Amino acid sequence: MLKIDNLHAEIDGKAILNGLTLTVPAGEVHAIMGPNGAGKSTLAYVLGGRPGYEVTQGSVEFNGVDLLDLEPHERAAAGLFLGFQYPVEIPGVSNLQFLREALNAQRRARGEEALTGGEFLKLAKDRAGLLKLDPDMLKRHVNVGFSGGEKKRAEMVQMGILDPKFAVLDETDSGLDIDALRVVGDGINAIMRAPDKAVLLITHYQRLLDVVKPDKVSILSQGRIVQTGGPDLAVRLESEGYDAVMADA
Amino acid sequence: MPEAGTLPTRREEAWRYSAVERLQGEALDAWRTIDVPAGESLRDTLVIADGEDTSPTELHRWRVTLGEGARCELFAVLAAAEYARLEIEVTLGKGAHFEFGGITVGGRDTVREFVTRTIHAEPEATSNQTVRAVHWGHGTGNFLGNIDVVRHAQKTDAAQDFKGLLLEKGASVNAVPQLEIFADDVKCAHGASVGQLDETARFYMAARGLSPDLARRLLVQAFVGDALVALEDEELRERMMRVALDKVDKAL
Repeated sequence: MLKIDNLHAEIDGKAILNGLTLTVPAGEVHAIMGPNGAGKSTLAYVLGGRPGYEVTQGSVEFNGVDLLDLEPHERAAAGLFLGFQYPVEIPGVSNLQFLREALNAQRRARGEEALTGGEFLKLAKDRAGLLKLDPDMLKRHVNVGFSGGEKKRAEMVQMGILDPKFAVLDETDSGLDIDALRVVGDGINAIMRAPDKAVLLITHYQRLLDVVKPDKVSILSQGRIVQTGGPDLAVRLESEGYDAVMADA
Repeated sequence: MPEAGTLPTRREEAWRYSAVERLQGEALDAWRTIDVPAGESLRDTLVIADGEDTSPTELHRWRVTLGEGARCELFAVLAAAEYARLEIEVTLGKGAHFEFGGITVGGRDTVREFVTRTIHAEPEATSNQTVRAVHWGHGTGNFLGNIDVVRHAQKTDAAQDFKGLLLEKGASVNAVPQLEIFADDVKCAHGASVGQLDETARFYMAARGLSPDLARRLLVQAFVGDALVALEDEELRERMMRVALDKVDKAL
């Protein structure tokens, strides 16, 4: 589904990713862990196509197409969802308008019919319910005045509405209390656990992985994947730390 | 018709950023008079949009007098003409309210401006002005807002808010708030800022599937929307909004 090969990327001339290779097949949840500054968020932004993140070498293939050749909005229409570590506030634009425009733009790009207002509202309420987010919050402006936890929930409501094939979730668990973590984790399972979908789950903590059980765990360090293992790798990291685990590798 | 010698020049504060060369032949002394008697309300709008009825120079000068407790709401969108100017001089009676929402949009070498003079002549009157300017190319948007509070106009509450959004390098906006306050128990708030589209928001919107054009339209809509918040007629509000947004879409 997603095949990253020897990816090099830089920001302002500074190399952040240094030959990252990773394959995530359909049906897999792949957790990426790594120390601060390893390049985890950069990987997420490069996959999303954020301006300023320049790929200097390597390739990313997504369902047979060259992902790096697509504009950010085309990547979304192709089924890629980027969950932001810091969801962006957009004053003046309501969640409902934003998401309806976004969903219908994606559907049109795929040659599907746009949803009517009624159809969309039903879908949005249903997904808000799944994430235990007060549906009234959807009437409010995008992320404006939301707490850290509400922003992350809202992010997952967006994912539920847009129903992507592949989700790159950048520290979706940060800023969540224990109950919210479970709600968000269950939401990820409900939305993304399917044979034809996959998730790249960037996280610092084992806690989320207790709910969203990964099939594989990779350690990202200095812009490269240095180790890949099963769920037990995350457990070892939690108890022993990066230095000890990477020294053993 | 005024003599060439009586035309305003850019040395005069109220014409400082204007396209004064386009005033030749304009009826400068023609003021529209709006009187709102005590206790009554009036709402009016001005929309300068592309069309046969729009002249290269659109000069509109309105002189408004509000009686005691009267209310006047004016909303305007200046989205066409080489030079468009709406000038409003409003004198508020005791406890009156003046509401103004204005939007200028334009590119090329166009100049679009609001010039207001709000005279709080009696106590307890309130006024609120919100202007949003969106420009590109070498377009210019201006807001010159004068607020006069006379000595006995205590408990005046006047607010003025301007924001400019520059979509391209080369465009400009000018904001000149001028407050002359001779009473001592008043509230006068004013703010002015200029910026460009939020790149982070644009990427966030793109990551959700919105094309750059659609993302810009939503962001511009959110930006200019502030100027029409106080307009309660939803249909009218949407029509005015559409004039502004369509202009941006057509040009870029």
